[in-house]
Amino acid sequence: MAQTVTPILSVHPTRGLVDEKFKVALENLPPRFPVTLHSLHRSEDKDYWEAFGYYVSDDRGRVTVSEDVSLGGTYTGAEPMGLLWSMRPVPGSRTGLRLRKMDVRSPMVVLISVYKGHVFEGFREQPPMASAVTERWYMAPGVQRIDIREGAVRGTIFIPPGPGPFPGVLDMWGGGGGLVEYRSALLASHGFVSMALDYMSFETFKTHDECLSYFEKVLSIIQQHPQVIKDRVGICGLSLGATVTLTMAAYCKSISPRCCVSVSGSHVFPYGVSLAEVFQFKEMDMGKARLDEQKRVIWHDMILPIPTDPQRKVAMGRIKCPLLVVNGDDDQNWATVESAEDMAKMMRAAGNDHLLTTLTYHDAGHLIEPPYIPHFRASNFIIQHSKQKVVMLWGGQTKPHSDAQEDSWEKILAFLRQHLYPCPSSSLPQAKL
Amino acid sequence: METNLWRLLLSVQPSRGLVDEKFSVRVQNAPPAHPLTMHALLHSEDGDTWEAFGHYVTDSGGDVNVSEDPSLGGTYDGVEPMGLLWSLRPAPGSRPGLRFRKRDAQTPMQVRLSVYQGHQSEGFMDRAVLASVMVERWYMAPGVRRVNITEGGVTGTLFLPPGPGPFPGLMDLWGGGGGLVEYRPALLASHGFASLALDYLKQADVKNEYFEDAYRVLQQHPQVCKNRIGLVGLSFGSSVALKMSVYSNVIQPRCIVCVSGSHIQHVGGTLADIFADIAKNQKKTRYNEENQVIWRDLLLPVPTDLSKKVDVGRLQCPLLLVVGEDDQNWPVPESADDMREMMEGAGNSHLLTVLSYPRAGHLIEPPYSPHCRAGTFMAAGSRKKFIALWGGEVAPHSRAQEDAWRKTLDFLRENLYCSAD
Repeated sequence: MAQTVTPILSVHPTRGLVDEKFKVALENLPPRFPVTLHSLHRSEDKDYWEAFGYYVSDDRGRVTVSEDVSLGGTYTGAEPMGLLWSMRPVPGSRTGLRLRKMDVRSPMVVLISVYKGHVFEGFREQPPMASAVTERWYMAPGVQRIDIREGAVRGTIFIPPGPGPFPGVLDMWGGGGGLVEYRSALLASHGFVSMALDYMSFETFKTHDECLSYFEKVLSIIQQHPQVIKDRVGICGLSLGATVTLTMAAYCKSISPRCCVSVSGSHVFPYGVSLAEVFQFKEMDMGKARLDEQKRVIWHDMILPIPTDPQRKVAMGRIKCPLLVVNGDDDQNWATVESAEDMAKMMRAAGNDHLLTTLTYHDAGHLIEPPYIPHFRASNFIIQHSKQKVVMLWGGQTKPHSDAQEDSWEKILAFLRQHLYPCPSSSLPQAKL
Repeated sequence: METNLWRLLLSVQPSRGLVDEKFSVRVQNAPPAHPLTMHALLHSEDGDTWEAFGHYVTDSGGDVNVSEDPSLGGTYDGVEPMGLLWSLRPAPGSRPGLRFRKRDAQTPMQVRLSVYQGHQSEGFMDRAVLASVMVERWYMAPGVRRVNITEGGVTGTLFLPPGPGPFPGLMDLWGGGGGLVEYRPALLASHGFASLALDYLKQADVKNEYFEDAYRVLQQHPQVCKNRIGLVGLSFGSSVALKMSVYSNVIQPRCIVCVSGSHIQHVGGTLADIFADIAKNQKKTRYNEENQVIWRDLLLPVPTDLSKKVDVGRLQCPLLLVVGEDDQNWPVPESADDMREMMEGAGNSHLLTVLSYPRAGHLIEPPYSPHCRAGTFMAAGSRKKFIALWGGEVAPHSRAQEDAWRKTLDFLRENLYCSAD
C-alpha cells in the first residue's frame, strides 16, 4: 500500500454553518493528475444525494476548489460551493425528492471524497483515494430552541446566545404545511430571535378579522418575549407565507412589523377573496393549472391575470414599513414577477413605493432558500386541501438559482440587520409614525 | 428617541473550529471610536474558570476586527487574532498551579466570547455583557474514529482519520505525568495520521518490549501503512522515542518528533532504571522565589559517557527537535546542542532539524490553548504533588506553539505522506 500516493484532502472549516463558505483543497497528488471531487449526503429520509466536479492538479500536485476550474460533473467553472449546491439524488433514487433538514439540532453530514480520474458514475463501487467529513449546521453553538404551544399557536422559537434583548423575526414558511424550522434556526444564528410557525394545521377561520387576529397574536408572542426588542420585529415569508406577511403588514391594527421580506410571494389572495378563504381550503379552480411534458404541475397561471379588483389582493398602499421583495423569473409555481410589478404599481399610486426594494433573479425558480442547499426544479408535493399527491414544478436552472440563493440570503440578512438592529448613527424612518 | 439604544453584533467564524484553526472575531454596529473589552471565558472539566481579555476601540465605522486591530491592553496586546485563547489564565481566586488539559477529546472546548462596555480588567462576572456568543473548539474533526486498544497487553487509544486509508501512523508518547493523554493524537488524526496514544506509565517496571508491542499493534492495523510510521514525543516521551528508535530492532520509525526532550538517560535499562537514576540527583533540585520546582539540573551536566545518553549518531531517520529556551523542567537546549554535536561527529546531522524558541518553556503543545508557566505535577506512580516550574512567557510561548505545531505537521506530512518509498 505504501506505493500508492495518498492525497491529503482538507475541508475548512470542518464544521460550518449552512450559509458559510468552505474551502476544499487537495495536496500531494502527482502533477497534472485528473481527479474527481465528490460529495455524498444521506438525508433524514435516507435518500442519497451527490455532486462531483472534475479537476486536474497543478504542477505542484494541488487542487484548490475555491480557485480552480471544474471541467465537468454536476457543476463547472470555479465554484467554491458547487459540491453542495449542485447535489442531486444518486441514480436509482426515488423521484421527486426535496432535500430539507427537519431536525435542526443535528448537522447535515457531508462526505467529501477524491477519486482517481474523471468518474461520472459508480462512486459506490470503487474506493476513493481519500475522504473527509464535514458538518453543516443550521444552529450556531449557544442558540436555544424552544417549543411554543399557546392555544392554537404551534411553533418554535430560536434565541441567539447572549444577554439580549434581540430583534425578532417571524418566519412564515410556505403552503406545504408543517413546522419548517431551518430558516428560523439560521436567522437566530445571525442574532435574531426567530419564530417558525405551523400555521396550516389549525382550525379554519370564518372571517378575515379572525384570521388577522390569529396572526396578530403570533406577532405579539414574539414582541412580548422578554428577550425581544418590542419595536424591532420583522416578518420574513416564503410563498404563501409571503402573502401572509404582506397581509399582516397592511392590515394588522394593534401591532405592526418594522420591516418585511417577501420571498417568491404574491399580494394576490390565491383561491379566494381574502386570506381567511385561503385557509378555508376552498375548492381551488384548477382550470388554470397546467402540466408540462413530464406531467409536472405548473400553478404559475392560477392568479393570472393579476386582478384589478382590490378585494382580491392585499392593499399595498397601506404598508408603512420597508419591504424587500425577492423572486425568480423562472418561477413556475406562482406568478411572482407579475405580482411584483403590480405591487410596485399600487405602491407608486399610493405614494409609499420608497419603502419597496425588489430583487428579481434571472432563471431562479420559486423555492429561493438559504444558500448551498441543492436546487431541484420539481418535487413531490401534497396539495393541502385535497391531499392530492402531485409533482410540482418550481422552476429555476441550478446554477443561476443557486447564485440567487447565495445573493438573496446575504441581502435579506443585510436588510434585516439594517432595519432591526438599532444602530448608533441610525436615522431610519420610524415605522410607526 | 433611540439615541442611546444600540445593539452590537458579535460574530466569530468559524463558530465550531478545530483547536489549531484560527478564527475571526468581529464586532459591528457599535458607535465609532468607542472603547470595548473583548472577553473569553472557559470552564475546564475540573470546574475551574479561565479568562482572557483585550481592550479595543471601534473604528470610524463602529467595528472591531480582532484579526486586524490591536489590543491596547489586557491579557494580551497588539494585533493578536488568537490572543483571546492563548492568553487564557485562571480567573482571580482560582486554586494555584492550574494547567488546562482536556481529558475528553471527543467533546469540544466551549468558550464564551463576550463584549463589555469600556476597558475593563476585572469583575467580569459582575458586569453586564453587551453581547456574547459560544465558540466550540474541537480536537477531533468530524469522521475521526476513536478505538480503544487493549490487544497484546498494550493499553492505548487509536484515532483513525476518516476515509478508506491506509494512513501513515504515529505513536504519540506523552510525558512523565502518565495516564492516557488523548487530545494531541486526536488532533493529529484530524490531520490525516492514524495516531496511537499509549498509556505506558501504569507500572513503574514497564518493559522496553511494551513499546515494541505497541508499535507492532499500530503497524499491523489494516488501516495503517506499516512502512510509514513516525514517533511523536513530549518530555519524557521524547526520551523514550529516541531510545527506542536507536536501540530497538522492531521500532524503525520513518521520522521522529521530540518536543522538549532529552537524550540523556541510562541506556540499556528499563524506564524504572532511568527514573532511579534521576532520583539519585534529587539534591540538584532548585526552587525559585515562589517555591516552584526547577528540575532541569537533575540531568546535567550533559554526560560524555555513551552509556548515559542515547547514541543519536546511530539514528537513521529524520529527527525534529522542538526546544523551548526557557525550559526550567528539563535541560532541553543543552541536550539539543549535544545531540547536534554527536550527529555532526557521526555524519548524520543532515537528518536533524532543531526549532528553538526564545522565552518558550517546557510544555510546547498544540496552539491556542492556555499557557502554563508553573503547574501542579505528580509523577506517575507517586502521590507527591509539586508545583513544577515549566518556564516560558505567555506571548513568546504561544507563538512558539503556533509555529512549532505548523512545522511539526509539515515535517510529518513531508516524511510520512510525501516521501517516496
